[in-house]
Amino acid sequence: MSEAEATLSALKQELEQRVLDSIEFRDQLTAVLPPEAVVEACQFLKQRGYDLLIGLTASDHWPELPRFEMLYQLFSTEKNSLIGLSVRLEGEEPKVPSIESVYRNANWHEREVFDMFGIDFPGHSDLRRILMPMDWEGHPLRRDYPLGYEEVQFTFNYDEIEKRKKYAKD
Amino acid sequence: MSENQMEISVDELRGLVSERALEGETMILNMGPQHPSTHGVLRLILELDGETVVNCVPDIGFLHTGIEKNMEALTFEKALVMTDRMDYLNNLGNNLCYCLAVEKLVDLDVPPRAQVARVLLTELTRIASHLLWLGTHALDLAAMSVFLYTFREREILLDIFEMCSGQRMMTSYFRPGGLWRDLPQGFEQAVTQFLELFPERIREYESLLTENPIYIERTKGIGVISSEEALEIGLTGPNLRATGIPFDMRKARPYSGYEQFEFEVPTETHGDVYDRYLVRMEEMRQSLRIVRQALDKLPDGPTRSNNRKFVPPPRSELGHSMEAVIHHFKLWTEGFSAPEGTVYVPVESPRGVLGCFLVGDGGPKPRRVHFRTPSFANLQALPMLSRGHLVADIVAIISSLDPIIGDVDR
Repeated sequence: MSEAEATLSALKQELEQRVLDSIEFRDQLTAVLPPEAVVEACQFLKQRGYDLLIGLTASDHWPELPRFEMLYQLFSTEKNSLIGLSVRLEGEEPKVPSIESVYRNANWHEREVFDMFGIDFPGHSDLRRILMPMDWEGHPLRRDYPLGYEEVQFTFNYDEIEKRKKYAKD
Repeated sequence: MSENQMEISVDELRGLVSERALEGETMILNMGPQHPSTHGVLRLILELDGETVVNCVPDIGFLHTGIEKNMEALTFEKALVMTDRMDYLNNLGNNLCYCLAVEKLVDLDVPPRAQVARVLLTELTRIASHLLWLGTHALDLAAMSVFLYTFREREILLDIFEMCSGQRMMTSYFRPGGLWRDLPQGFEQAVTQFLELFPERIREYESLLTENPIYIERTKGIGVISSEEALEIGLTGPNLRATGIPFDMRKARPYSGYEQFEFEVPTETHGDVYDRYLVRMEEMRQSLRIVRQALDKLPDGPTRSNNRKFVPPPRSELGHSMEAVIHHFKLWTEGFSAPEGTVYVPVESPRGVLGCFLVGDGGPKPRRVHFRTPSFANLQALPMLSRGHLVADIVAIISSLDPIIGDVDR
């Protein structure tokens, strides 16, 4: 049993029912967690030697629901092992607790996710936009955010697109 | 003041600078984004007490070009060209990271010749990147001549890249499944010439800096970070190895056949600017070792996978094989589809761990591509490193972290 597998089963014991699922895809292990269990899981993994937060991002599954997914990758330099965490976020105003208290370098990564996806991180020390200008509207990496060109309006989505068009409306 | 100019008051910096700044006891100084020593468009807001830095708040995003968003709108193969433009000094390394991620996602094989060629070329890129770093780093500390020397050798490397891909910097030479085309005639000769010439040149640079009292004065004991702090803030690459942790993705989780090569991971112990310099110098030597071994063992054979569902057929087959025409048409109009799933591939770039998140949604375009770029992660340590140093030392610290702003902002 590899280190990541052992860790995953230990994590399941530690968090009991809160590890919703585990995914194995192309030799890569990922634990699926509910948002409220993230900080605890990170604390447990850090104690187990996963000392480096090596990746943190989100992905947008629009129009599928639940829409957002947070992705974490933790690495242990000592045991040379990589483990992933995945958190599906419900609702229109997604929220997930900040893990900055456990991994300090989550600070900028979470700011980037906030900037690009509009996901809120309660407990973050300095949640501001990082890449886009401070007065920017919208969150560019959401799948329903257009790629610069004007969106084509059809009868079925006319009103929806009309709402976010930037030109003056009477 | 025009309408779209924002007035910024010191109140907006509350929490980022000390209370003394709000009372006007310390000075807030804006540095950048057009400051030559910031290696691009990096803006720093410095809080100064006399000439000593009390706080440093990096402000990034001036070079944000939406590379990740653009990649979502392209097929897997076409999205590759965006990766060169990210970290423009490690273009082949970025190509490699992205290709490995695509290959992992769709489970595609890479022939041995292509694997060795990839290692060879990424190591040459590493040397080219370190050369540019060395030149600009020394230039920031007012050692002008090093810059001229390093650019002379970098030119040879860029010529080699041009020979392979037709481009000096935006190479896009690695493709999912192998290489764009075989290594050109005269490639081995060009690399051999470089191998003969370069060890002597490294000694030349070292004789200019390593024992130079002015250089030592400006770098020893500057920007010190301990190994625990470095891991906590997510430093990787030469910056982490200068603190004494021999962590290198090429050794830890070998990819593209790195396990077949003999090389050492240089480390130092003090974690200051001078040690980061020493680590990078030694890394160039080790890269040279890898290049030499790769050139010796470069096998013959195809340079691209034969899996026609992912790799277009050679031009010669299009004339007589209907099957080939169909595959060609499908690949260049629709692209290949990837299964639903997430992969994460970390590789060692010259600056540290470059990781690629790739999320497939079952279609021919990625749902999400994210690069965990080393410059972004390393730059986060800047406030920590610069506290208590003089303004002039900030310049040395920034360049020792080796941030590439294209890599930070994407």
